Order: sequence, then C-alpha cells, then structure tokens
Amino acid sequence: MIGINNIHKVFNKGKANQVNAVNGINLQINNGEFVVIVGSNGSGKTTLLNLVSGSVIPTSGTISIDGHDVTTMPDYKRSEWIARVFQNPLSGTASDLSILDNFRLAAIRTKPKGLSIGVDDAFKKQVKEKIASLGMGLENKIAQPMGTLSGGQRQALTLLMSIMDSCKVLLLDEPTAALDPRSAEVVMKTADKLVKDFNLTSILITHNLKDGYNYGTRIIQMGEGTILHDLDTDKKAKLKQSDLFDWFG
Amino acid sequence: MDFYLTALLQGLCFSGIALGIYISMKIFNIPDITTDGSYTLGGAVTGVLLLHNQPSYIILPAVMLAGATAGALTGIIHTKLKINALLAGILVMTALYSINLTLMGRSNLPLINTASVFTLLHLVSDPNQNTFWILLFFVAVVTLIIGYLLKTDFGIAMRATGNSETMIRALGVNTDRMKITGLAIANALTAVSGYLIAQFQGFADISMGIGIVIVGLGSVIIAEAFINWFRITSVWISLLLVLGGAVIFQFVLAFTLSIGIDATLLKLVTAVFVLLIVSLPRLSFNRSI
Repeated sequence: MIGINNIHKVFNKGKANQVNAVNGINLQINNGEFVVIVGSNGSGKTTLLNLVSGSVIPTSGTISIDGHDVTTMPDYKRSEWIARVFQNPLSGTASDLSILDNFRLAAIRTKPKGLSIGVDDAFKKQVKEKIASLGMGLENKIAQPMGTLSGGQRQALTLLMSIMDSCKVLLLDEPTAALDPRSAEVVMKTADKLVKDFNLTSILITHNLKDGYNYGTRIIQMGEGTILHDLDTDKKAKLKQSDLFDWFG
Repeated sequence: MDFYLTALLQGLCFSGIALGIYISMKIFNIPDITTDGSYTLGGAVTGVLLLHNQPSYIILPAVMLAGATAGALTGIIHTKLKINALLAGILVMTALYSINLTLMGRSNLPLINTASVFTLLHLVSDPNQNTFWILLFFVAVVTLIIGYLLKTDFGIAMRATGNSETMIRALGVNTDRMKITGLAIANALTAVSGYLIAQFQGFADISMGIGIVIVGLGSVIIAEAFINWFRITSVWISLLLVLGGAVIFQFVLAFTLSIGIDATLLKLVTAVFVLLIVSLPRLSFNRSI
C-alpha cells in the first residue's frame, strides 16, 4: 500500500543549522498493516509521516501510495487516499465551524467542493448516527461550533471524520499527546476499532510505549533518521513490554 | 432627516466593502489593504464607462472583473511569492493608484449628465427614496448570493481555510487557490461599492479610496461585537449584522458632522470611533473576570 524507497530529507541544506531528518529509509507497508513508530525526539518519525502525507517533499528517493508515485504530489491531492489525525486537536478540525460543517468537509475529502448545498436532513441524520456510535453524547450537539468541545472529543471526532469518505491510509501523529489518560484511551480504542473495521493501512506515531505495545501489527523504532528496529506481527507478539523500554535504555 | 437618509444610502452603498472585508478579514483572516485601491478602481471603471455611454449590464460585470483581478493579484503575491498579506495588499494598492489615474486620465471625473443605475427605474417620485429602493434591492441580491455561497460545500471549505489550514489541506483543498479566489470575491464586492458610490455622489475621484478600508473594518467590527454578544453562529444573521454595521457606521459619521465637528477631523473621529468599538468589549470583559 505504501512504498518508501531510499528516502532522504535534509532541512536547511548547506547552512550551519543543516538537519538530516531522514537518512535513506526503505519501508514497504502492506495493505491493512497498522504500523506503530516509536523513537526519541528528533529521530525523524514526524518527518517520515509528513513525507507520506505530502506536507514535506523529499530531498531524494520516491514514495508510492496504492501503486501511484506520489513523491512530489502536494498534500491536498494525496487526500484522495490519506486521512490524518494531528497531535494538536485544533489542527484536525475547524474551531469556528459547526460539528456538522466539519463533517460535511470530511465527507467530501476526495471530491471537489462544489457550489451546491450538501448539508441536508439526510446528511444530518447520517452524521448523528455516526457520532452516536462514539457514545459521548455529542449527537445532539452537531450545530455547535467545534471550538466548544474538549480536546479529547475533538480528536475522537477527527478520527470519525476520517472514515466519512473512502479512506485507505490513516496517519496518526501522536493523536493522544495533548490528552488526559482517560481521553487518550478512548481515542486509541476508537482508532484501533476503525482500523480493524475498515481494514485501513495506518501509521501511528507515539511516545507512549504502552500504546506501542498494545496496538498495531508492526512496530518500528527510529533513531537519527534511520530504522533501528522493525518487528512484524509475529515478532511483535513475542515482544515483551520491558524489551520495548530497553530499546530506549 | 435628509441628513440621516443620505447616511443610510451611503451605508447601503458601502455594504459591498463591508461584505468584502468580512470575507477577507473574518473568513480568511487576511487584513486586505487592496481595498483602498480596488474601491477607487470600481469608481474609475464606472466613471470611464459611463462617460463612454456604456450600458449598465456591461459596466457592473466590468467593475466586478476589475476588482476581482486586483484581489486575485494580491492573493497570488501573498500565496505564490510567500509575501506577507498586508504587504501584498499595500503593493497592489500602490500600483492601482497609477492604474486608476491612467484609466481616468485626470484626477476627477464628474458624472453629472451621464446615466446612472439610480435613474434606471422610477419606483417612487422622490429621488432619494427611489435611490433607497434600488439600493436595497441591489444589496439584497448581493447578500443572498454571498449567503448562499457561504452555505455551499465550496463556502464551508472557504470558511475552514481561514480557520484551520492544516485541516482543510488534509481534506483535499488547495488553500492557495482558495485564498486567491476569496480575495478576488472580496475585492469584486469592494469594487461594487466604488461603482455605487461614484454614481451616488456623481463623480469618481482618485482620492475617493484613501482610508476607505476603515469603513469596511468598522462595519465588520460593529457586527462582530453583536455576533460575540449574542453568540450568533448563523451565516445569514452574521451577514445582516455586517450590513447593519455599515449603516450604523455612516450614522455615527453623520451624527458627528451634525453636531458641528469640523469635516477635516472626520478621519480622526472615524479612527477613534473604530478604536472605541474594538476596545470597549475588551475593557468591560477584563473587569468582569
């Protein structure tokens, strides 16, 4: 599903503050795989995710998604396949727009935004049903601005928004970093459920090693812009939580 | 009474600027100074075409196209060349001064014996009231179009662009193109105000746009005060409040002149008035905490 071939990304090339964020990574992610990437700050994991999403264009190497070469394709075109959840709950939703309008945009992620009114009663009903599945009691608040909700609620809704339109790849960039432990758990469980139910290929970046241990079908540790460990499903199953902590020892 | 009727009519004429600033400032979060230039551009194009006896159905589209081009230029400079939006607007506004002067050929075009949109129809005998009804119809049509636009999928994407750029890019919107389109729409509306004012006051002048952006800002800020006060989320009510803001703004100016304040101090009074509306809610807000 995602092919990353000998990718390099250099920021501020030739200047005193040059950063080699990603150094020649090769990675093939198969359809339906749930990859967890861990690594200390500055290990290049967020840059790798941004390379996949298109927010960052590589210095060299190629990236393909679903058989299409997307190496130089801007992020807004890659949305045809990719849905994203950001570290900051404010980035994944529009605060001043109603929950309903946010969902409307998510429902036409892969389609052109035309000059017709798409929010009708049928759509409202559909959104209410989707939101009710979260069990947060938000289904009667769809006319409220997104900004009136808590970070946890917004992250959960962002996750739900990602499957409003056809989605093949889900990118989760530390989705629980800004949340309290309880909200974080709800968000992670929702993510895990969506990934399984919709057979999404997904990449989760996290600093929470417990989440890295509990979720995902494959785990990768990055450091200095390279891959240090790469354990597939079988090896990950044998991995003990203490081993994971030892990686950072 | 006539004094206030004139203020009302002017307020309606300025509703184009108010809606334009609402789009650039509130929806896209871009302080767009192009306004000063595109307003005069609207007046200049109107004046030149009227003096060449062109019909209304050519003049209005030409005015809107001219304004949209100016706005799109600011948008392109801002997004493609990555230049600060404020500076991009100042650049285009400065360039427009020469364009407007070249178009007009001199600094003032009197439009006394030319046709005008206000004499197209005779609904009532009193010319001021006739102007009022024509303006009201005009403003209603423009507001309906903008209101509808903001409710469409395109409009929601537009509103999201100024609100959360990362989100809307992840949802498949080219934000650069969206900003260029938005600034084009905003400045087309501003140019329409120039079109209306030039015909309303009977001349187009090279200096008619100096500081006019404050009229739009003032209207939007008055509207915003009410929007925050009553926690309004409806697009339609917001647009109506912006129109109301444009009229209130002109009433305040008319009132200032009527109590005998020197006309040379008018811009100072305008600035102080806008400062007051901006600062009053914050002052009282601080006290309540």
